[in-house]
Amino acid sequence: MKLAIMGVGAVGRSVVDLAPDYGHVVTAVADSSSAAVDPSGIDVDAVFDRKEREGVVGSGDPEDALDAEYDVLVEATPTTLGDAEPGFSHVRAALERDRHAVLANKGPVAERYGDLMALERESEGTVQFEAAVGGAIPILSTIADFGPSQISAARGVLNGTANFVLSRMAAEGLGYEHVLAEAQDLGVAEADPAFDVDGTDAALKFVILSNVLSQGERVYSLEDATVEGIRDIPASALDLAAEDGRTVRLIGEATADGVRVGPRLVPQNDALAVSGTRNIVQFETVNAGQLHLSGRGAGGPETATAILSDVGRLE
Amino acid sequence: MSDSDEAVTSDAEHETDGGERPQTHTIRLELVDKPGELLSALHPIADNGGNLLSIFHERGNLTPRGHIPVEVDVECPPDRFETIVSALRDEGVNVIQAGAERYGEELTLLLVGDIVDTDLSDTLRRIESSTDATLADLSLSAPDGRGGASSARLRLATRTGRTDEVFEHVHDVADEKGLHVVEPLVEVSE
Repeated sequence: MKLAIMGVGAVGRSVVDLAPDYGHVVTAVADSSSAAVDPSGIDVDAVFDRKEREGVVGSGDPEDALDAEYDVLVEATPTTLGDAEPGFSHVRAALERDRHAVLANKGPVAERYGDLMALERESEGTVQFEAAVGGAIPILSTIADFGPSQISAARGVLNGTANFVLSRMAAEGLGYEHVLAEAQDLGVAEADPAFDVDGTDAALKFVILSNVLSQGERVYSLEDATVEGIRDIPASALDLAAEDGRTVRLIGEATADGVRVGPRLVPQNDALAVSGTRNIVQFETVNAGQLHLSGRGAGGPETATAILSDVGRLE
Repeated sequence: MSDSDEAVTSDAEHETDGGERPQTHTIRLELVDKPGELLSALHPIADNGGNLLSIFHERGNLTPRGHIPVEVDVECPPDRFETIVSALRDEGVNVIQAGAERYGEELTLLLVGDIVDTDLSDTLRRIESSTDATLADLSLSAPDGRGGASSARLRLATRTGRTDEVFEHVHDVADEKGLHVVEPLVEVSE
């Protein structure tokens, strides 16, 4: 397959790196201000050298990548809220040309799911977004295999940064600010950690799960979610929880009652009480009890594998 | 269950040594699915002067804790009833409901924030009075003393099926005082 990749952050770069292993050719890449296009495959080293030296990937406009020759557009620009631009327009451009779109960007799927599905209905192309929920973990493909109507609820930990902070606080008895600074040093937390520690990132993922599980019966966006972050959790709260054999995790829920994300008490030995940056999702199935999927929920190569699995499903 | 007949007769005309006519009570229990569990749960009833009228053993149906619900109808003088319930508890039997009183679930939750200076006793009193929950246990941790961020762990006993309502009220009280509530993920007790 020929891939056009929008966005060259950690995820976009990893897709470029791994695409040949999966038998795909990258015919275009674009960042926010430039593009490199070559129908026979871009020169990866030259493109990233130039990005390093000049801050651009090529001499073209980003729109050139949208107009390039490709089978699948990979949308890996940063997640934006509200109108979910420019990611949404990138996907629209692909679908209007009857090409497939694979998203790692949560914005269009969480904030404009209805619009996105309407575009897909009018197109020969298909929209896939496994990489938007839980990185490498095959969450959406498991739902597709099981059948969304066979899953009554999804719960779990889908933000590695918040989980790292809470599990370090619990293990070391350290305060929030201290552990957050450590997480920033380790590259686990961003310089501006708000998206993660305020629960927004996890909420977007559970909004997406709700959209998938409700099968169009109801469309959710971030506005519909009840979201609480972890900034206000003192170390003493984790101590008191531990005395009682429990701990606190930032847990998301996509249930018939809607989407909810917030710090919750869970037993220390509970399946959902994963430690470090690990993610986990628990499905409540109609006929088969609970199902747990766990793994790495973020990172360049991890997320790229989910993107390339989606691309594989489109072949 | 004829062996219990010796303690109390079902003859309504006959006064027992409890001094009052026996009444029928319903007790709901939770049993672990193990051989002998039912038998050992019924002993305290007979031993304390209760007359077993019927046992409804809902095998195949599970409580939220994964135990088997058992409903027992017992006839005994009113003043014996509490003794029977405590004897059952002493045997380690989980009594969910006895007579009109329901001993439902226990909820553990955390309150975090400036708990001390927002009048902890008032907070607890209001949580209890706005719901039918009772405070079963409280632990407080305020490492920075008054005024700093502190935490409290509350164990609330509440009636089965009322947990959502309890959380709603706890949130109302907490919101008013600028406190945060950390709810348990699954609202059943251990």
